[in-house]
Amino acid sequence: MKEEKIRQLTVISGKGGTGKSSIIAALASNLQDKIILADADVDAADLYLIFEPVKTVSFDFEGLKKAKIDLDLCTECGICLETCRFDSISDNFIVNPTKCEGCAACYHMCPVSAIEMLDNISGQYYISDTRIGKMIHARLYPGEESSGLLVAEVRKVAKQTAEEQERKLVLIDGSPGIGCPVVSSLVGADLALVVTEPTLSGYHDLDRILQLLKIFKIPGYIIINQSDINEDISHKIEKEFQETFPIIEKIPYNPVFVEAMIEKKSVLEIDSEDKEVQKIQNMLIKLSNFVLERTKLDN
Amino acid sequence: MQITIVSGKGGTGKTSLAVSLAMTLENVQLLDADVDEPNCSLFLDLKTKLVAEAKIPIPEINYDLCTLCGVCSSNCEYNALMKVPDQILVFEKMCHGCGLCSKICPENAITEVPRTIGYLYEGENKDFLFNYGALIVGEELSTPVISQLKQLISKDKPIIVIDSPPGSSCPMVETVIDSDYVILVSEPTPFGLSDMKMVVKTLRILEKKFGVVINKEGVGNEELELFCQKEEIPVLLKIPFNLEIAKNYSKGIPFLNVLPGMDSKLKQMIVDIREALQ
Repeated sequence: MKEEKIRQLTVISGKGGTGKSSIIAALASNLQDKIILADADVDAADLYLIFEPVKTVSFDFEGLKKAKIDLDLCTECGICLETCRFDSISDNFIVNPTKCEGCAACYHMCPVSAIEMLDNISGQYYISDTRIGKMIHARLYPGEESSGLLVAEVRKVAKQTAEEQERKLVLIDGSPGIGCPVVSSLVGADLALVVTEPTLSGYHDLDRILQLLKIFKIPGYIIINQSDINEDISHKIEKEFQETFPIIEKIPYNPVFVEAMIEKKSVLEIDSEDKEVQKIQNMLIKLSNFVLERTKLDN
Repeated sequence: MQITIVSGKGGTGKTSLAVSLAMTLENVQLLDADVDEPNCSLFLDLKTKLVAEAKIPIPEINYDLCTLCGVCSSNCEYNALMKVPDQILVFEKMCHGCGLCSKICPENAITEVPRTIGYLYEGENKDFLFNYGALIVGEELSTPVISQLKQLISKDKPIIVIDSPPGSSCPMVETVIDSDYVILVSEPTPFGLSDMKMVVKTLRILEKKFGVVINKEGVGNEELELFCQKEEIPVLLKIPFNLEIAKNYSKGIPFLNVLPGMDSKLKQMIVDIREALQ
């Protein structure tokens, strides 16, 4: 029997605050019986505010270890200070845990074995029940690092959960930027949706995130949110990127995005008589059908 | 005095505030440390030039000396080295540049060579000095680019304004770690508040003095302000939301040049911050 493959779609934005999470929330609430939702924006995880998850399984996330100096054994020779490249050891031989990157160089170089490398729980991740099915999400503790590794854990559990629940698609909410958590949310993804806005910053950041998609050879589709804020830049985005990364939707500015957030709903769960809101809701339904079509196994 | 602007949630107006503040003040240095997506220059009318490369040292194996003992690969905490039958593979993007492998190699077969992961730029006009860093697309380590950018901080400028990356993890920590004061820009929405709470926790762990600027006032609800009251966090400034500001922002015009009276409000904010620091 042919093994059925699970598809993974990551929603990214480059610039923060373009409406990435609101759009993925709408997709998730419309496709609920077909998907597993993974909030991989572990540094600013917000989908829990919409879907009010009830945790069923919690996992500790082991981040990189942290050095600790035993001052009773320490002879203050200073070799650790010279060794540390992350400026994490003070002149009185105290390790600053927020600076320590866990490389263990000091541990190996200490001539009197006064340094220990301690395990460090730097976050948690969860499988939860929500009104739209299972959701995988995480909390990186404040000021911690290695968020890329936590993103990878969230994705791994999301994929396993999709297998168990016989869902064919994992929807992944990524982080802003282009650095390690973003790379980690993209590796191995089948498809990316890029949510941008027609501002100089949005355009500049879109250019960089699309370069990243090219490096990883991931097909991407662009959604221009708040497209009417600046029609010139909207057109410029279309003209410049349409060929390699098709623009699939232009959503006008509307306060319904914030209203939905306050009501703990996705935009598609809002009952509205307002024609403009209904227009946006139709766009989001069209978008989720597009996602389904694009992630079909024969594609 | 080093003032860093942070946000938690992206898109709350960090860059607009940093630029507006730098334009208002005299004899200031503006540092754009959002190296993933540096945007300050889009709001500034000045030319910048490349002044340095951000580099990290990565291992190079000398196979005349290497005995394939595997001490380096088994001790690398980042899995950046892997021993295969006939060589040691170096995964350079995994390497944090800690230098451990070169120090513990029993044959002294490892030297370190610099690898460029980002670029540092500088620009200047009559009002201020401006620097920014840009991570090369495809690279993952934002933090070393930020720390090397911070080495460009001028000793001659009395005020340094730094635009931080969003979030509350390592890049943000690296940006604020030496700051005297941190301004947290948020928007009064549930997402804005949730992300802001993470930043508040981080700033408290770091024992930083901070205050909040509420941007896009009127766009959501009162929860954010109530949180500030409850936690006794000073609200330094409120910036209203209107589409005119958003449209100007899209063209690279910060709110300073759109809202009347902002100049004196920002100057007053700095006076208040100085008082808070005394």
